[in-house]
Amino acid sequence: MSTQETQPVEQPAPPAKPASPPAPVKELPKFEKSIADKIEGKFGAKIKVEFVKPLRIRIKTPKEEVLAVAKFLRDEMHYDHAESVTGVDYPAEKEIEVVYHLGSYTDPELANHVLTLATRAPREENPNPGSDSTRLPSLRDIFYSVEFHERECFEMLGVYFEGHPDNRRLLLPEDWADLPPMRKDFKIKGR
Amino acid sequence: MSTTSLPPGLQIEKVDERIMTLNVGPQHPGSGHMRIIVKIDGDYIVDADPDPGYVHRGEEKMAEYRNYIQNIPHLERPVIHDSCNVLYPYCLGVEELLGIEVPERAKYIRVIASELNRCVYIQYWLAIYGIFLGHSTMFMWPAGDRELYIDMLEKMTGARVTHAYFVPGGIRNDVPANFEDMLLRRVNYFEKRIKEYAAIFYDNPILISRTRDAGKLSREDAIRLGTTGSTLRASGVDYDLRVKEPYDAYGELDIKVNTLKEGDSYARSKIPWLDMLESCNIIRQAVQKMPKSGSVRVKLKPNPKSGNDEVYKRVESGRGSLGCYIVSRSAAEPYRVKMSVGSFRNLICMPYLLKGEKLGNMPAVYWSLNYWPVEADR
Amino acid sequence: MLKDLLTPQNANVFVGKLGDVLVKAVDQPLGYAINWSRLWSLWPVHIETACCSVEFGAASSPRYDVERFGIIEAFGSLRQCDLVVVQGTITRKMAPRLRLVYDQMPEPKYVIAMGACAITGGLYFDSYNVLPGIDGILPVDVYVPGCPPRPETLIQGCMLLQEKIKRLKAR
Repeated sequence: MSTQETQPVEQPAPPAKPASPPAPVKELPKFEKSIADKIEGKFGAKIKVEFVKPLRIRIKTPKEEVLAVAKFLRDEMHYDHAESVTGVDYPAEKEIEVVYHLGSYTDPELANHVLTLATRAPREENPNPGSDSTRLPSLRDIFYSVEFHERECFEMLGVYFEGHPDNRRLLLPEDWADLPPMRKDFKIKGR
Repeated sequence: MSTTSLPPGLQIEKVDERIMTLNVGPQHPGSGHMRIIVKIDGDYIVDADPDPGYVHRGEEKMAEYRNYIQNIPHLERPVIHDSCNVLYPYCLGVEELLGIEVPERAKYIRVIASELNRCVYIQYWLAIYGIFLGHSTMFMWPAGDRELYIDMLEKMTGARVTHAYFVPGGIRNDVPANFEDMLLRRVNYFEKRIKEYAAIFYDNPILISRTRDAGKLSREDAIRLGTTGSTLRASGVDYDLRVKEPYDAYGELDIKVNTLKEGDSYARSKIPWLDMLESCNIIRQAVQKMPKSGSVRVKLKPNPKSGNDEVYKRVESGRGSLGCYIVSRSAAEPYRVKMSVGSFRNLICMPYLLKGEKLGNMPAVYWSLNYWPVEADR
Repeated sequence: MLKDLLTPQNANVFVGKLGDVLVKAVDQPLGYAINWSRLWSLWPVHIETACCSVEFGAASSPRYDVERFGIIEAFGSLRQCDLVVVQGTITRKMAPRLRLVYDQMPEPKYVIAMGACAITGGLYFDSYNVLPGIDGILPVDVYVPGCPPRPETLIQGCMLLQEKIKRLKAR
């Protein structure tokens, strides 16, 4: 299906590249920049602000720092809930990225902002969910709302969340014995 | 006999004899497409464990194998009676990825279609809530009245429930002739009609005694558990994405956010009804401000590609915030699509609300969460 | 003559023969009566499997009112039901439950496959968790195509099922 009519023509208005480092001509939104600066000031080089767009910030942390960053975001920056937890598989980089989208109900200034907190776990060629090295610390004690999202992420990508009390299966059938389905090497029928 | 030698399924567990485990669903009038494993002590629930996934169809995986336009039909299937809203964040996201600006007229028609669809969704939800509480009239009234808006949407889009009306770049086709007149007549009748529900349902002492104080969710817990939509607003949090993060034409409209303080099942069941009344106002405003003519769709190239980027867009659907996270890696197909749906987010508070409730209150609490199992499973 | 035949030795045989004759005489009208009573009171079991349940619900709404045709609203207890309307996609998690529901229902029982997903897998033909149609697990009587079928289509499917029951041999 993807091969039909792939003309090598120019794209309509090429999208903005992830601004890292941000192009100097492009003016960054002020409020978002101030938030990003605050977080960068606290953690310095350990984290990386990947882009600052209007209403959206993306921060990448190593997995050792994710608990500290999340705690800082909750206590000092008033992000109080996680909207979703997404796992993205990058087989070429041998990593699985877990993305937390954080939002705030209590701070009216942050109501329309979403902070994307990304962290990466090592990926194994032959996954054995729960007992291989694909592990991340669970954010459940910090953002309670990630409970079911992390369960879903565990079964869909095989990322085990250490400290999560309930790493059971959620959506897949009980007898699922295949690869975790959201991995890129799991191919669906006829594709 | 030692139990350790047996395989896991056959081991005899020691259970408290007072505690009984009940599997409610998936074949149960009060469950929908899911199972709730409840443990009861006498008549009181001591533990509830939701078990969704009976309609998990792997839509996110399928989206990785289809291009941006081919993804439209199957991404609206999670909530077919709210299909405009469920497709909305995906379209907004693809538009941002491709850098498309939607024509002004299309923005307003999107708002109208999305509000009509919200009413259709809420009416169905209300009808099932009536069935759950044994109130048959409350099934018949909303199920009959929603056909008005379904007819309107059918005239606009050509399909009864699965519209596939929103496409990246605008809407699929313009509205029919005589659209405003047809729409406003229906809105007026609809508004008059749903106001009558108060007399039979919301002021009904039986309903009030059934749902008042059942499944109370405090403001702090609602925030902590990350609930959304009517569940959140019934607990007194003033949060509606149509106002807080206006998308398309919502920024130009005057929208009142309905909140209630109680946080019990009654408040949660009343918020959607108030939302429907507000929807009627929004539709009237949108019709008034809509440009009377103009293009409704930006034509895309046949197989659009986007660069290395990611986008997270969210809208306020009938069940709360609905986010779509699209990661694109310079291909015609998205690299990853994730739908962060309101039903899945509200599912988390079910064990907390059901604990300590009477078993008979379970349907009243469960369905008041504005939970649609198909959407949660995706 | 009759007295000779009806001796205590062959009474059983005689009564049996009489029974056969009687059954042969009343089989057709009685079977018709049984089928007639069956087809005007079909009770669908309350099992929702996917999004087609929205249109199944709409079929009971005042505008469509499927009860006019003798199909009663979905009912809770499957022990009293004789119709399974498979409302859409069957996932691998739901399939054993659906079969269990079907097995627990008393005979005779009928199956309507509603929607493209229940017939062939439909839109989800390449999904990893969806069955390609329910033919593999249930004997289907009537297929109702559509994604989702309109309530009118479902009603037509129910009427086709009634036609079919009329022609079936009563058991």
